[in-house]
Amino acid sequence: MHSYLLWRLMNMVLAMFVLATLVFFLVRALPGGPFDREKTLPPEIVKNLESYYGLDQPLWKQYLDFLWGASHGDFGPSYSSPTDSVNAIMSRHLPVSAELGMWAILLALCMGIPLGVLAAYYHNSPIDMAASFVAILGRSVPPIALSPLLILVFGLYLRWVPIARWEGPAHRILPAVALGLGLAAIFARVSRSSMLQIIREDYIRTARAKGLPERSVVFIHALRNALIPVVTLLGPMLAQVLTGTFIVEFFFAVPGLGRYFITSIGNRDYPVVMGTSLLFGVALMGLNLLVDMLYSFIDPRIRVRP
Amino acid sequence: MMREEANMAKPILTGTEDVTFIPKGESLLRQGLRRFRKNRMALASFVFLVLLTLVAVFAPLIAPAHYSTDDLGATYEKPGANYPLGADFMGRDVLSRIIYGSRVSLAVAFIGALVSFLMGLGYGVTAGYLGGRWDEWMMRAVDVLYALPSLVIIILIMVYFRAGDPASFKGFKALLYEWDRAMGGMLFIFIGLGLTSWLQMARISRAEALSIRRREFMENTQAQGLSHRRVILRHMLPNILGPCIVVESAHIPLYILTEAFLSFIGLGVNPPMPSWGSMINEGYQAMRSYPHVILWPVVLLTVTVLAFNYVGDGLRDALDPRLND
Repeated sequence: MHSYLLWRLMNMVLAMFVLATLVFFLVRALPGGPFDREKTLPPEIVKNLESYYGLDQPLWKQYLDFLWGASHGDFGPSYSSPTDSVNAIMSRHLPVSAELGMWAILLALCMGIPLGVLAAYYHNSPIDMAASFVAILGRSVPPIALSPLLILVFGLYLRWVPIARWEGPAHRILPAVALGLGLAAIFARVSRSSMLQIIREDYIRTARAKGLPERSVVFIHALRNALIPVVTLLGPMLAQVLTGTFIVEFFFAVPGLGRYFITSIGNRDYPVVMGTSLLFGVALMGLNLLVDMLYSFIDPRIRVRP
Repeated sequence: MMREEANMAKPILTGTEDVTFIPKGESLLRQGLRRFRKNRMALASFVFLVLLTLVAVFAPLIAPAHYSTDDLGATYEKPGANYPLGADFMGRDVLSRIIYGSRVSLAVAFIGALVSFLMGLGYGVTAGYLGGRWDEWMMRAVDVLYALPSLVIIILIMVYFRAGDPASFKGFKALLYEWDRAMGGMLFIFIGLGLTSWLQMARISRAEALSIRRREFMENTQAQGLSHRRVILRHMLPNILGPCIVVESAHIPLYILTEAFLSFIGLGVNPPMPSWGSMINEGYQAMRSYPHVILWPVVLLTVTVLAFNYVGDGLRDALDPRLND
């Protein structure tokens, strides 16, 4: 177990290094400086700007500085708002994205798992078919299509909920649905197939033979075992939440990190792009590791071999 | 005596028995086809995709107008006789742009899948075939890359490609940019997708190759002293292709959505080339007053992804009956 953890951590450090290198050479080393396109500045000012951002150093020095800063979580000042550090920007916007992701996952859990369990319990019934249809719909209507549809129907046509910004609880509804529906579909799919398998196990028959009420057979004996594969989904799901936040935050004008990232790409605010990419990388890998640990903790049968 | 036995054994153990030997009755492929045909949603989706492909191929013949023909007098015109699905912010025919946009989505679906398939398969089969230390190091590299968030990587790659100034390049790089411009920006999307999507295929094909390597007929190929090339191409690949194709077809929706996303944020196709993703962005700018512009790209994108999902699921159920529940 410990050596596995060590291996995973080593892998993660290596991956971070690769990511940092890619980020640096794909973004920082782009042809032309960030100040080329503005109206011609006096050379002294350009020189000052370049030294402020460390752009007057040789490339290898810039690379090492970047790696050193990144390993300390320091990405320097932003291009588009020079008095703001990338860190300050990220710490302003990250909590919003995290909250949105949390609502989406919560919604997915509360919707997907009951749907999947019901579908499995009433296998091949109309309920099952309806659940399967919802599941495949949720998987196929991605945030990029779902967000405008939700805005059109619930925001502009029915006028039930606000369609933009991040103020009251009502503002959370549409973004959370747009982000969470696809996840709910995945949960439904997996919990259905896992429940289908479990419900045929001998110990379920035993539980029924003992005369246990159906409720405790389903909830205590079947569901607890059926949920184990669902936990493994949390890993790939995090990646999907991350992808989704870019789009959903954009559509609903949510001031999260995903939206800021996309805007920074348009503004060529490269320090922000680099910092945010690395932050996303660290978050994703760390959470993935956590989920894997959690998985082996929940199900002792698959405890990772040393 | 010994030689005779060896001679007699030869016609049976040609080393190709795993490929050419077809049991009496229904072949696996035909069984699969039969199962696929019985799956009505998958079949309907398949027909839809064939029609869409025809539309994409014959776009210039079908579309009422060219995708960049604009008429500033018809800005945001509502659907009507002149513009069946309305016109966009530059007075361009939405129907024509959707028809041309299908080219981008389908090209990404097929070429993206092909690039990722070939890269992943090449890498994975090599690792699985070589085995031992080579395999270990090659797969370790995949593990490291696999941990990276692929969407962020593809965004960075596209930022890199799109920020360059084509006029300042020479030689191969200039040629690449020229091709990319000729394809409306699709070349770099293919490259970006290829670079980020081959990892999973590498893992799967490597696992398949490893399991094939342990089978007895592989020992036979060794005993016959066949060349590596022949062993891989004639004995290994035919046996692992099936599951790999199933897995790859399940990834196609992801490629379509990634392209739509990239075009949506302005890193994908080059305007005025339409993509459903870039059309969603253009429609989003005015969706409060002119919802008809955003509606159709959204619907088409959804239906296409849905169809690919159904076909992928149908393929899996048809070719791998064990998963069929």
